[in-house]
Amino acid sequence: MKIIIGEGSCGIAAGAAKVHAAISALINDSDSFSIGSTGCIGMCFLEPIVEIRNNGKVLRRLVKVTEKDAPNICKSVRENNFSLVDYLTIKPEDEEFLTKQTRIALRHCGIVDPESIEDYINIDGYQALKKVLKTMSPEQVIEQVKISGLAGRGGAGFPTWFKWNAARQSQGKNKYLICNADEGDPGAFMDRAVIESDPHSLIEGMLIGAYAIGAKKMIVYVRAEYPLAIKHLEKAIEQAKANNYLGENILGTSFSCDMLIKAGAGAFVCGEETALIESLEGKRGMPRLKPPFPAQKGYLDSPSNINNVETFANISWIINNGGEAFAAMGTENSKGTKVFALTGKVVKGGLVEIPMGKTLREVIFDIGGGIKGGKKFKAVQMGGPSGGCIPESLLDTIIDYKALGATGAIMGSGGMVVMDETTCMVGMAKFFLDFTASESCGKCVHCRIGTKRLQEILTRIVNGEGRDGDIELLEELCYAIKDGALCGLGQTAPNPVLTTIKYFRDEYEEHIKNKKCPAGECAALIKYSILPDKCKGCTLCAKKCPVKAIDGQVKLPHVIDVKKCIKCGLCYSICRFGAIIKE
Amino acid sequence: MQDNYTDNTDYSSVEEIILENGSNKTNLITILQRVQSDYGYLPNDIIYYTANRLGISPADIIGVATFYSQFRLKPIGKYLIMSCQGTACHVNSSETVLKSISDYLGIEDGETTDDGLFTLQKVACLGCCSLAPVIMINGEAYGNLTAEKAVAILRELKEKEV
Repeated sequence: MKIIIGEGSCGIAAGAAKVHAAISALINDSDSFSIGSTGCIGMCFLEPIVEIRNNGKVLRRLVKVTEKDAPNICKSVRENNFSLVDYLTIKPEDEEFLTKQTRIALRHCGIVDPESIEDYINIDGYQALKKVLKTMSPEQVIEQVKISGLAGRGGAGFPTWFKWNAARQSQGKNKYLICNADEGDPGAFMDRAVIESDPHSLIEGMLIGAYAIGAKKMIVYVRAEYPLAIKHLEKAIEQAKANNYLGENILGTSFSCDMLIKAGAGAFVCGEETALIESLEGKRGMPRLKPPFPAQKGYLDSPSNINNVETFANISWIINNGGEAFAAMGTENSKGTKVFALTGKVVKGGLVEIPMGKTLREVIFDIGGGIKGGKKFKAVQMGGPSGGCIPESLLDTIIDYKALGATGAIMGSGGMVVMDETTCMVGMAKFFLDFTASESCGKCVHCRIGTKRLQEILTRIVNGEGRDGDIELLEELCYAIKDGALCGLGQTAPNPVLTTIKYFRDEYEEHIKNKKCPAGECAALIKYSILPDKCKGCTLCAKKCPVKAIDGQVKLPHVIDVKKCIKCGLCYSICRFGAIIKE
Repeated sequence: MQDNYTDNTDYSSVEEIILENGSNKTNLITILQRVQSDYGYLPNDIIYYTANRLGISPADIIGVATFYSQFRLKPIGKYLIMSCQGTACHVNSSETVLKSISDYLGIEDGETTDDGLFTLQKVACLGCCSLAPVIMINGEAYGNLTAEKAVAILRELKEKEV
């Protein structure tokens, strides 16, 4: 038997490494079981997760494990008596979070040990590469990808085969295949999970792509903020080289290919492919004019092809199972599955992979378990700073490039942030504009100055200084930025503003006309005070106030000093007598 | 700001980094990342030295260093507090957490306390969205924070130092 700990970044942040150490310390030489790790199991809301496995089969999945549980876990395995860990065992309704998914890109995540190439090979790893190199021509590979209908999972949804074909056709001796792993959308972590948990899948997918376009060099551009992903990928590259899956004459064929990692340095705009190329060349990541497209003139002026991590993670599955099997899933114009990072005010947050065509409601309510704390659903944000907020009335929209685009949001790379009634939608638009205004590279006037002006107008609205005509001004500015910006960042930056105005115009009006924030979130528009007749003088709020803004004597009504108050709402949430009110 | 690198600084470690990565300017970002991990920031004379070695102008390096959020031109404190401002953290009140830290330490984003203990930095997303709101101190993540919990963590670190 084996005790396996889920040690993705989320798991480690929740304490998985400590649990690992605690269990490890209790294992004796006489024990017949061992300990191991796997990557992200995807159920972030239950981390840290520990599995007891026998011959690869999960006997028990234990959740929210702490170091204190280590003795019980070891004892239960030693005595083969799992009733000792009944209290930690996952509930059937939480297990549904996984069973309701269809995992293709994530098929090995949380199953294999990401640091073991043997694990990967044992579950058919590198079989697709073998098949491609020994039995298929590059054109046949591209044909299979075309049949599969796979579209770029980074957000834009451009057909993968088309890009590969263009790079294949392009003349040039040194072609490059590049993987965009600079997951910049704040609130998304799909790519990180794939690299951390299943790095060989990325390598295999990229090798097949390199063979198809005729590249001899592969580069992975990965966020520097993902140290664990970089570490696992580095190790996987070493292992792949040692096993002749990378390097010269791969698997005894004439195909040779190298791979290197370049760490990004923190710039959202580098998700745009020409900006990414500039960054790879050691420069400021400012987008280039297109054409020429990267397929003609990319990295170091050579033909280059750039795809996203999740796109590559699907490739070996497509080769093994055939393009038709992939195309059998999904809708008319969106094939296969998509991974989402479900977060925000949802009960069960984590990684969700489902076939295209499911509705947003199914993802958020059936799989995600609905809204935390029994609150009301308000909107779901998709596509991050380039996307938009989708309201409750459109919850039955299906997950499909076209259908989501019609709402004003986008499929995006997979960020899905759920918001409840306490999230202010004007505040949300401001949040994204704060982000894009600081991430604009500055090349185009419309983007550089336009996003700044949008940010200023939104700031004055949430501060209660909004003016008549501000909504119209925002709209006019949004369309001007969309028309005038060169790259995707600028062209999509107005989306969060436009979608919130479209679906939550009343909230904007309430802020501007009545100086009120209906969600009770905008600090400048709310005020906390204590009702003297309800306050029992228990002193709890005064003790807990982080800025000592509450004063009063024991058993006498307390008072909030509005000048000191930072409006954190802590007193409001802890008062047991309902004596604190928010207006 | 000095306008050139001086001879009395020891450049052996940056030289080693440059030799390891190659003095090609396409490797500039990788070189700067290594320099920052060795020195904690990008010292001015190292920038001038690197510019000379790579055959580019110091302004090119400053341009790159200020473009990317990862690079720092000033030394950091003993504890680097990264406060996540990702979307999931935002909807879970990360701003309140940030403000409580900022008020408690008396520093704003990008600043270091006078005692050299703490540097506060806003970051776009730490990627542990299910633990939102999150801060990371010297690589260790603290999740599900409130203003109160965040201050308690800092107080504990501070007490350890006296």
